[in-house]
Amino acid sequence: MKIPYYPGCTLHERARDFDTSARECALALGVELEELAIWTCCGAVYPLVTDSVMDVLAGVRNLSYASRLGDKVVTLCSFCYNVLKRCNNVMRDDEDKRDKTNLFLRADTEARKKVESYTHEDYEGQVEVLHYIEMLRDVVGYDKVASAVTKKLEGLKVAPYYGCMLLRPKNEMKFDDPEQPTIFEEFLETLGCEAVDFPMKTECCGGFQVVNDEELAVSCSQNVVVSALKRNADIIVTTCPLCRYNLDRHQEKMAERVKGFSRVPVVYFTQLLGIALGIDKKHLDFTDNSVDPLPVLAEKSLF
Amino acid sequence: MEERIGVFVCHCGTNIAGVVDVKRVAEELADYPGVAYSTDYTYMCSDPGQNLVKDAIKKHNLTGVIVAACSPTLHEATFRRAGMTAGMNQYQVEIANIREQCSWVHQGDKEAATSKAIRTIKVMIEKARLDEALEPISVPMTPRALVVGGGIAGIQAALDVANAGHEVILVEKSASIGGHMAQLSETFPTLDCSQCIMTPKMVEVAQHPKIRLMTYSEVDDVSGYVGNFKVKIRKKAAYVNRDVCTGCGLCVEKCPAKTPSEFDEQLADRKAIYTPFPQAVPNKPVLDAEHCTYFLKDGKCGICAKVCPLDCIDYEQKDEFIEEEVGAIIVATGYDLYPIENLGEYGGGKYADVITSLQFERMLSASGPTGGEVLRPSDGEVPSEVVFLTCCGSRDTENHLPYCSKICCMYLTKHAMLYRHKVHDGQAYVFYMDVRTGGKGYEEFYTRAAEEDDVLYIRGKVSKIFEEDGRVMVWGVDTLSGRKIEIAADMAVLGLATVPNEAAAKLASMLKIHTDEWGFLSEAHPKLRPVESLTPGFYLAGSAQGPKDIPESVAQASAAASKVAALFAETEYHREPVIAVIDEDTCAGCRVCISVCPYDAAEFDDEKKVARIKEAICEGCGACIAACPSGSAQQKNLTDEQLYKMVSAALEV
Repeated sequence: MKIPYYPGCTLHERARDFDTSARECALALGVELEELAIWTCCGAVYPLVTDSVMDVLAGVRNLSYASRLGDKVVTLCSFCYNVLKRCNNVMRDDEDKRDKTNLFLRADTEARKKVESYTHEDYEGQVEVLHYIEMLRDVVGYDKVASAVTKKLEGLKVAPYYGCMLLRPKNEMKFDDPEQPTIFEEFLETLGCEAVDFPMKTECCGGFQVVNDEELAVSCSQNVVVSALKRNADIIVTTCPLCRYNLDRHQEKMAERVKGFSRVPVVYFTQLLGIALGIDKKHLDFTDNSVDPLPVLAEKSLF
Repeated sequence: MEERIGVFVCHCGTNIAGVVDVKRVAEELADYPGVAYSTDYTYMCSDPGQNLVKDAIKKHNLTGVIVAACSPTLHEATFRRAGMTAGMNQYQVEIANIREQCSWVHQGDKEAATSKAIRTIKVMIEKARLDEALEPISVPMTPRALVVGGGIAGIQAALDVANAGHEVILVEKSASIGGHMAQLSETFPTLDCSQCIMTPKMVEVAQHPKIRLMTYSEVDDVSGYVGNFKVKIRKKAAYVNRDVCTGCGLCVEKCPAKTPSEFDEQLADRKAIYTPFPQAVPNKPVLDAEHCTYFLKDGKCGICAKVCPLDCIDYEQKDEFIEEEVGAIIVATGYDLYPIENLGEYGGGKYADVITSLQFERMLSASGPTGGEVLRPSDGEVPSEVVFLTCCGSRDTENHLPYCSKICCMYLTKHAMLYRHKVHDGQAYVFYMDVRTGGKGYEEFYTRAAEEDDVLYIRGKVSKIFEEDGRVMVWGVDTLSGRKIEIAADMAVLGLATVPNEAAAKLASMLKIHTDEWGFLSEAHPKLRPVESLTPGFYLAGSAQGPKDIPESVAQASAAASKVAALFAETEYHREPVIAVIDEDTCAGCRVCISVCPYDAAEFDDEKKVARIKEAICEGCGACIAACPSGSAQQKNLTDEQLYKMVSAALEV
């Protein structure tokens, strides 16, 4: 089965480990992630002003490409997922904005024809935007994932970190209960490991604030990491390159501030899935982490 | 016969006359065909005004009267009575509304308003021309009331109707009457013990010769109409012969099966055979088959039957159905708390030490699971810091319910106060949006909590509660100081929103009485008819109609009871005759009217093969008239012919 796949910029640059592990895992589960032939940045942040059409163009353009490949598009990064899903809602539910956006994209296409082969087809929100984990649950099925597991992650205590972008705003994202989500816990149970329930799993990591106020990002992510550590997590999983960055890279500073702080590795959920499915280690690539996950994985005889 | 119609144009001070040229209206209409007399007056509803109408009826021998004044909802009855005393049929007196629908809405254009007033009156003249003399419909009255729900509202309503000398059937779905009030510890703002003031009333119900108490029973079906309802009551199988049982309690003591107690809000267990609480009325157990070993394990157990000295246990007992006739129904089905699980941000249902307000009531109650001590559910320790949260689900348009649940500010104040009385060195915090103290002595009670009992009130909402190091961490904001607040507390009590009891929705649809969008029963008028349903014969009491505290529930229950007593004061009930009638000669018997009637008022006459309207039930809604393909269904005094002429007059064609 082929499913259209939108990687997003970060997965082609800083988060190649996320991209590769996700593709390989999908293949092992019988799904080929078919990368869109052309795609651009999603816009990275969904516009909060309601009168702007310009800001949804990038997202819609990508959705329009996806619509030519199939009725779904899968993505991994929480930001991309948030932006694409909300742009899709606009195109589906807001007739006025839909018409304006399509008009603009038609004109834009004419202009760009001179430099590249590029077409636009009017888009009406018909594609279903799926997060990779939703694909695992709803398209593949957790039971099939469980039966494909060759190495149960027994004894590993995993703290699933959701962050905000998957869950909020709840009326638009409709991903899971925004306060007490469980989709990742259920996923982790299919891999045979122990999901650690920690209260900061939906708190913000600091996000883009790291660019202009690193202190703020450190204190936000410290709040998350310490909470997971307190509940004896061996490892934290995330689904967002930015969350991974904040939780992982700031641990040096956290160690300076928090007495008795012990470092905890932060990996993508697809990397753990890869171990459980017995994917070749070279595709999982645990080299980009500040806190090396290999010791704890080795300790549990998982890697 | 030639009509002789009188037109009476009211000035309503300047309300009408300030905009409409009333003199011109009266003068122009004097020349309209069929008008025998036309005049105007400052206040037609005053005694001299009414006398003007009465004198004119007699002097000019009028056959119809049009009073051009305010809305008919205000003074139609006034002028109909005036007409009757002057010897006219009251249904030949009509109101033309030239105030709400004319002068008040066309203040900027006097000319247009005047011409509209003239046309409005002409419309009513056309109607009056063909108005028949009608008589109110009389239906017999069964002077027996059904009260649904045995909480404080149902109890009070039953007692008041019974004390007025009428029979009452009180139906309660659980094993005992008492409702939520029986669960409460003490009551605001006086701090008197809830059960102490409640139990005498419960006993009075049980002993009252006019009250037939049916606990562990539910209303299964209601048919009929005001004065003549037929109700089917399902007496649920209790597996105990409760007529013989003396309530000795031996079966309860020996029963080996346990399940969380509903009465104790899951803080303690009850047996599978149980009386909900020690002062239960009737104080006789019921057996809950869902948790009983005998039923779950194919007859293995039977201990209760073995120990019962009077052989009351009957495992073969079936639901029993009882049919009764009643004249009026008081619905007092009460409230539930908004599910705590819906408050995910506070870990509702997840953390043992985040509890509901009713759980805290049980904890405070001397007969409760902790014997009146405040103890953390997780470890049984005395909490030294407790956070109370108002508006958990209420006043939250985005996430939960938009309305104010009204009672939470006060009961949380009471909770905080009682906690401080029991744990002297404990700290109580109350997070609030506003402290709403609308009631006698309520503001003083709140002040006392804050000033004498040192309850710390923090104006702001709580964003998150989570467990950390064995405590419940409360993250909130103090909007007065503008600071974020973090409290490491031992326990959090959620003032959950009040929602209608789930039984109410089912009952409302069966009774065909209206509810609002949240499921609370709708009153006939929010101000002037607050205890009646729009459907005649149904009355509302207590929290089923909206969040209410005890005094309000009791007041509404007594009000509903007095309405019922007034209804029962006459042996017949009189209804408006402006209803549908079917012309047997033209009716083809297609039965469309029967299918569209929302009141089941249309029936089929098998002999004549035509439809017929039951006069006692028809509300005159007009659904059948619009649906009838042959025009055989007509509204009395609003026939197709009348409507045609009225519309023609309105359009001046």
